[in-house]
Amino acid sequence: MKKLLLGNEAVARGIYEAGVKVVASYPGTPSTEITENIAKYDEIYSEWAPNEKVAAEVAIGASFGGSRAATCMKHVGFNVAADPLFTASYTGVNGGLVVCIADDPGMHSSQNEQDTRMLAMAAKIPVVEPSDSGECKEYIKLAYDLSEKFDTPIILRLTTRVAHSQSLVEICDREEVEFKAYEKNPMKTVMMPAMAKKRHIYVEQRLKDMSEYAENCSLNTVEMNDTKIGIISSGICYQYAKEAFPNASFLKLGMVYPMPEKLIKDFASKVDKVYVIEELDPVIENHCKILGIDVIGKDTFSLLGEYSTNFIKKAIDGKDVNTFTIDEQVPVRPPVMCPGCPHRGMFYVLKKLGMSVCGDIGCYTLGALAPLQSIDFCVCMGASIGMAHGIEKTGNKEFKNKTVAIIGDSTFMHSGITGIVDIVYNKGVSTVIILDNSITGMTGHQDNPTTGYTIKKEVTSQVDLVKLCQAVGIENVVVADPFDVLNFEKVVKAEVVKEEPSVIISRRPCALLKGVKFPGPLTIDKEKCVNCKQCMKIGCPAISLKDGKVEIDKTQCNGCGLCTKMCKLGAIGGGNNE
Amino acid sequence: MNKSIMIVGVGGQGTLLASRILGNVAIKQGFDVKVSEVHGMSQRGGSVVTYVRYGEKVYAPIIDKGGADIILAFEQLEAYRYLDYLKNDGKLIVNTQQIDPMPVIIGAEQYPENILGKIEKKGVSMISVDATKLALEAGNVKAVNVALIGVLASKMNIDKQVWLDVIKETVPEKFYEVNVSAFELGYNCK
Repeated sequence: MKKLLLGNEAVARGIYEAGVKVVASYPGTPSTEITENIAKYDEIYSEWAPNEKVAAEVAIGASFGGSRAATCMKHVGFNVAADPLFTASYTGVNGGLVVCIADDPGMHSSQNEQDTRMLAMAAKIPVVEPSDSGECKEYIKLAYDLSEKFDTPIILRLTTRVAHSQSLVEICDREEVEFKAYEKNPMKTVMMPAMAKKRHIYVEQRLKDMSEYAENCSLNTVEMNDTKIGIISSGICYQYAKEAFPNASFLKLGMVYPMPEKLIKDFASKVDKVYVIEELDPVIENHCKILGIDVIGKDTFSLLGEYSTNFIKKAIDGKDVNTFTIDEQVPVRPPVMCPGCPHRGMFYVLKKLGMSVCGDIGCYTLGALAPLQSIDFCVCMGASIGMAHGIEKTGNKEFKNKTVAIIGDSTFMHSGITGIVDIVYNKGVSTVIILDNSITGMTGHQDNPTTGYTIKKEVTSQVDLVKLCQAVGIENVVVADPFDVLNFEKVVKAEVVKEEPSVIISRRPCALLKGVKFPGPLTIDKEKCVNCKQCMKIGCPAISLKDGKVEIDKTQCNGCGLCTKMCKLGAIGGGNNE
Repeated sequence: MNKSIMIVGVGGQGTLLASRILGNVAIKQGFDVKVSEVHGMSQRGGSVVTYVRYGEKVYAPIIDKGGADIILAFEQLEAYRYLDYLKNDGKLIVNTQQIDPMPVIIGAEQYPENILGKIEKKGVSMISVDATKLALEAGNVKAVNVALIGVLASKMNIDKQVWLDVIKETVPEKFYEVNVSAFELGYNCK
């Protein structure tokens, strides 16, 4: 039976069919739906771990324990999980171990555009890369065989367009895999210098063996057609190139590290010109150049962003597409915080007080955009707290008593706690605001250790943020509702001037959570409204000007009521779920 | 010959569901199908675009400029923004709803005037429809997406029953009735 599946759903299906028993991940666009779909299979134990490092360690443990295991993350999650994975490359596996990593060329939802293949090469972990959903499922099953055959973790690399595109997939049954026998072998699984030196020899030999394997494996395929143009490509770029030049000859690499030598040389010798088409870094191109093959790559294409069919066509034959044109500037439509979003009240206060804000990764990063424009800095998961502490330690008066770190509940669990411990231990006085909206919002509502539910929605123990902060030595812990803007302002003012560290827990559930009820669309009393536009300062997408008058869009407003607190004339009312 | 259909709109308008319905309709015709969507940051009330391509054999899951046979636009400004994706002989179906983006709300930019008139002047084959009205008539403003799918279906050469079957399989049971009436209103509107 064939089904239309998202690339990520197909990866999940492949993991299921391959008999995997344990999957641990941390959500991150564009990888999240892999683990969300895994959670639907009762034969697999799955979990949201607090971060990618822990998730990778759980998967490594499960592999040592004899079962097939997986961990899934976005590209920047690989940085967090790099520590265990670089050494798991040395230990190798017992049960097969596959690490699914989704890159985001074009940065649809990311803070950088790093290429997982580069980090994988540094870790000496082999990489396979599918180009559609069918291959996602097929490659992951093959990856488990390779993992066990060559005693190595395998990375399945995805990019956004593969992860988030649907195509047809043949559905098969799950094949249960027996536990691999465990034999105690510290020379392989305890990495101290004496053992690791020996394992490094193995790792280098393994890469040679796999490079040999790559010469004839089913993952790398040659399609000889017209020999004027030869294209070496992989992943989504293969699909674009095929669309652009269906009659060209292709070498499609499904295994992008390590790469074959003879196969590439042989292909190159049969065509007039060789183009290497790959998004981001010149990984295949450099390999070809080391082999002494004259290829056309990044000089013609780009190191930046996503490719497309037209882009490839134009780069190779110079042909442009004739299209309709627009003769004026069209306003951009950046993403915004939803109507009813709890973060909006907090940002209103921080902007009003002129705070310098160290931001973090989540929906609330949108607080950097107009009109709230509160966030000054944002680097990576958990960085807000360390940055606030660093700024404080400069002694620069410009930031004194007016700097805060803001971090979401899930991001705090991911890598915020260590930052707080640093502040306490090193006598810092920073103020940290934890945005507790009862869910991991940005990636589409995943549970986390603060929500009280597991990935399968089973009730579990819930990390108490107040007690946790107190336990590590924060004496000033205040819980405040960000929609009570008057009180929230008072609390922030009081905490930032203290010569002690503080944590403010800004607590209000995400407006999109089931169970969060609002009274329905509000209306503006035209008699009372003087068009002062105070209500527009909160940047709610439901409030805009229509013919010069402030108006509330009924299709967007849910009646959260934050705007009523801005209106001194009491002109906004209604909201009885009419 | 492959068909390429783009669905554009504002995050939260239900474009994803519309593209899934269309993708499943194409499968029932026995075609190779690819559907591409965007999640995460791009979804939060931002400009959202999904691509549906079907035919004998489909390679690229996304549609490039000048490549769309049909653009189904849930909002006027988004129709305008993606107009250069339409083939010269392509068809634009546009919902007349206007949603101000944040730069317009805060007064930094202006919502372009008379978008539909300007598009028509360029010689684009265009159908405009007030789908919000149709959805309200059907009983739920959220059914805008299925009302627009109804309009799209009326312009495509695929048996109506196939669309209805797919809607039944795709939408939650309790919203089935309202979605079917939204579909019918869209299908019969012009």
